[in-house]
Amino acid sequence: MTQSSTTHTNKSSAAKTYGTAETVQAPVYSRAERKARNATRRSRLGMVIYLVLLLLPIYWLINMSFKTNTEILSGLSFFPEHFTLDNYAKIFGDPTWYMGYINSTLYVVMNMVISLLVALPAAYAFSRYRFVGDKHMFFWLLSNRMAPPAVFLLPFFQLYSSVGLFDTHIAVALAHCLFNVPLAVWILEGFMSGVPREIDETAYIDGYTFPKFFVRIFIPLIRSGIGVTAFFCFMFSWVELLLARTLTSVEAKPIAAIMTRTVSASGMDWGLLAAAGVLTIIPGMLVIYFVRNHVAKGFALGRV
Amino acid sequence: MQTKVENNKAWFLVLPVFIIVAFSAIIPLMTVVNYSVQDIFDQNTSYFVGAEWFKQVMLDSRLHDALIRQFLFSFTILLIEIPLGIGVALMMPTKGKSASLCLILVAIPLLIPWNVVGTIWQIFGREDIGLFGAFMGAIGVDYNYASDPVDAWSTVVLMDVWHWTPLVALLCYSGLRAIPEVYYQAARIDQASRWAVFRYIQLPKLTNVLIIGVLLRFMDSFMIYTEPFVLTGGGPGSSTTFLSQALVQQAIGQFDLGPAAAFSLVYFLIILLVCWVFYTTIMNMQKDK
Repeated sequence: MTQSSTTHTNKSSAAKTYGTAETVQAPVYSRAERKARNATRRSRLGMVIYLVLLLLPIYWLINMSFKTNTEILSGLSFFPEHFTLDNYAKIFGDPTWYMGYINSTLYVVMNMVISLLVALPAAYAFSRYRFVGDKHMFFWLLSNRMAPPAVFLLPFFQLYSSVGLFDTHIAVALAHCLFNVPLAVWILEGFMSGVPREIDETAYIDGYTFPKFFVRIFIPLIRSGIGVTAFFCFMFSWVELLLARTLTSVEAKPIAAIMTRTVSASGMDWGLLAAAGVLTIIPGMLVIYFVRNHVAKGFALGRV
Repeated sequence: MQTKVENNKAWFLVLPVFIIVAFSAIIPLMTVVNYSVQDIFDQNTSYFVGAEWFKQVMLDSRLHDALIRQFLFSFTILLIEIPLGIGVALMMPTKGKSASLCLILVAIPLLIPWNVVGTIWQIFGREDIGLFGAFMGAIGVDYNYASDPVDAWSTVVLMDVWHWTPLVALLCYSGLRAIPEVYYQAARIDQASRWAVFRYIQLPKLTNVLIIGVLLRFMDSFMIYTEPFVLTGGGPGSSTTFLSQALVQQAIGQFDLGPAAAFSLVYFLIILLVCWVFYTTIMNMQKDK
């Protein structure tokens, strides 16, 4: 407290001595500065409050995952009294539980790879060329992003059953392409439009063929864009449940669907549910940690 | 704006996308269209009924209610999330370690599977084991999301605001980062007030990201299914049954394929129409500038 107030006076006195040199401008400058400092302090406080409110429900879940069921039901407490890892042990000791995580990860990664592979050339085409029906095609793609998964539930089930893909990871990955591919094209197109066309032309003059140019020069240029796209594909595929649950039964069942098992005749197993929930948050946090430096840029979808 | 080169060979680059999206969009959509004009008894017996199901769907009062509820919900969350998101973005630190820490923390709710979001709030809102429910009880509010429609409704809204405001905030944050420092310096020289800086510098620069934000939030809130399903199961009664849920109930629950398919098409067309209106007005607004 005292320390901060001394730095405060130091700074304002510094502004004052500076002010004697330029008599007219100085007091205005220092007032504006003080105002700005107050504003920063206020916004910092606001941010802390927002973050606390944001993280409280998640903290509550984590807190619960370390409690036993009797403790959960016996009353509220901010810290587990009888700290236990039983809930986690149950998940890691049972293949029907932990296979859910593996299944989810598998189809999410597959979806990410497929989406990126097909979206990269298409986004290049949209950002560089005019062709018959390009605008309609773009809107049509986006319209798929708008399609409610509930609409496609039944047809998807029948389609994938009839081609023998039901209950495989690739089925879920392909189904998620419905909304991830349009999104990937959209984001990548934004990033690619930010790369000057002169680069393409120079490369062609230098004798690069299109594939060579694309892989050697262009892709490294939009690296961060690809990272961000991958992040978004991961995110939307990881959080989706409706399609993933409908298209799988045993072999490729995602963790989100397995979680419903905690409801049993003897009531809810809250601790186990909480632990499973906490474990679904971790992969997302890892991914966002890796792209944290690009994510601000990426959320602008390269379009600002 | 650079002019693009006219080249129809670019279609070859778009082809993979077209094939993969067509496989998972056009074929299922055609199936839906096919169902919507037939009365299906079992796999081999079905009759062509024309527009019968569409008539039935259009006149179904349950669906009207769900549609009204849906619009009300979407507009409520947009009204809360957009200003709140801008506010949070303005408060976020701009430099250093605290900036990336804030980014990560703010983004967390976005990466939680939707049913887990439902689960979190299911637990958090319960009076016996949840902090929020207990808090409401402690300050004397009779709160129970499982039996009171108003409580259920506000909990769903609160959950969505909790879940999706970060998206708006992050979009705006990235938009704010794209404003060059010179603008702020100019404003400081003019002694512009905080509000003036926001109104004439920051807000215009945020238009683009806000468009994306509004569009994304509108679309996604219009298809909301998992979170309310886990939290309230559409109840009490049908007070939180939104369109997707009404559709799934009809298609899977009652297995009324024909009416469900007709409903799907109407539903999809509404979203498409609203988004198209959004999209074109926005594009025109941008052209006028």
